Amino acid sequence: MVQALGRLKESASQTAGPYVHIGLTPNFAGISGVYECDLGTAMVNDKTRGERIRVNIRVIDGAGSPLNDALVEIWQADAAGIYNSPSDLRGSADPNFTGWGRLPTDMTTGECLFETIKPGRVPFFDGRKMAPHLTVWIVARGINIGLHTRMYFGDEETANAEDPVLMRIEQKERVSTLVAPRDGDIYKFDIHLQGINETVFFDI
Amino acid sequence: MTNSRSPANRTPEIGSFFPRDRNWHPPAFTPAYKTSVLRSPQRPLLSLDNTLSELTGPVFGQSILGELDNDLIHNFAGPGESAIGSRILVYGRLLDERGIGVAGALLEVWQANAGGRYRHKKETYRAPLDPNFGGCGRAITGEDGSYCFRTIQPGPYPWPNGPNDWRPAHIHFSIFGHGFAQRLITQMYFEGDPMIWRCPIVRTINDRRAIEGLTAALDMEATIPMDARAYKFDIVLRGRRSTLFENRIEGN
Ligand SMILES: [Fe+2]
Repeated sequence: MVQALGRLKESASQTAGPYVHIGLTPNFAGISGVYECDLGTAMVNDKTRGERIRVNIRVIDGAGSPLNDALVEIWQADAAGIYNSPSDLRGSADPNFTGWGRLPTDMTTGECLFETIKPGRVPFFDGRKMAPHLTVWIVARGINIGLHTRMYFGDEETANAEDPVLMRIEQKERVSTLVAPRDGDIYKFDIHLQGINETVFFDI
Repeated sequence: MTNSRSPANRTPEIGSFFPRDRNWHPPAFTPAYKTSVLRSPQRPLLSLDNTLSELTGPVFGQSILGELDNDLIHNFAGPGESAIGSRILVYGRLLDERGIGVAGALLEVWQANAGGRYRHKKETYRAPLDPNFGGCGRAITGEDGSYCFRTIQPGPYPWPNGPNDWRPAHIHFSIFGHGFAQRLITQMYFEGDPMIWRCPIVRTINDRRAIEGLTAALDMEATIPMDARAYKFDIVLRGRRSTLFENRIEGN
């Protein structure tokens, strides 16, 4: 025998289920008066630095239908590439930018629309710069463990071409599943859970 | 969130997180839980060491909390009223895989009422709503990772999957740690509930010990006399490497 490492196991994930809105966006679910507002709906205010953009996200199942009961969270750096997190020791993030957003997909259209700013570039662990990106996390009924992916920006071809994470994707044709095309101030990001366009998801 | 910095006396940890044990968690494709069939990615996941994008994460200050946020018996009830049902405390600690308490982390919960009915427009179960029960609550863990909710024990409920599937009584938990890689949603079950082992959602988990790890223990030492029984539920998030020796990479 040897000494035990004494580690615990992570609590196992369980699906967020169809009623996730009650817990995470109660005002959206019609439960008013408990919390003042739904957390994560406002990422920016009038003083936020950076280019204002909107991001339209849909999550599409294996039959081609957008999920109308999903919950999407995004996490991103501020315009200078700093995260509003105590774990980012490189400097103070823009105090007028939360960096974190959370929205339910619309019960009819399956879309959600984040109002945010374009993030700056953040270093990879070896010091190379990553292209601007959003971390995206999806939960829903039928999803047993939250799905992590990233959204990159369609108008950042140069930065995307040298992004160390995108370069790790072996099947080059799959890189485009993480790149959202720009239309005016809106980036449109369709996340495909299955099929020939299945989005690259991360174990990270 | 603008004042989201942790207390000054807490030095943030920045080591990368232990990899997830994907055999311990439920797989994406679990045909006995039918909705997973069309919603499960089929390609392998891209494995990657954590970058700053996952090592960091949002942290929420106590200022977002209202006085009754962790009291589901009263936070939706009319003046002088309270939710109907078996009154319980749900308490425990948020730990990481090293056994260290995770401080200042936001926990959000939601659940059905005592009859097993959710306050949601997609709900189809015939059990009645409780006018004094909303079904949501939240708390931020203390310096040692501890938390506590006051609520009523939710009822089991039928759901459209197999011809006669019922969920065991459960409380949904959403947990933020210190880094976005720790983000987790899970469910708490109750000791002794015979419905646990029949449930196709519970059984998406292959390892019996992982299911037991989601089952809260009745704790008669923590009850409030003539008021509420108590269930103890510890939650474990991914641990992270401690920097025993600094290994600074050039350019950082
Ligand atoms: Fe539930």
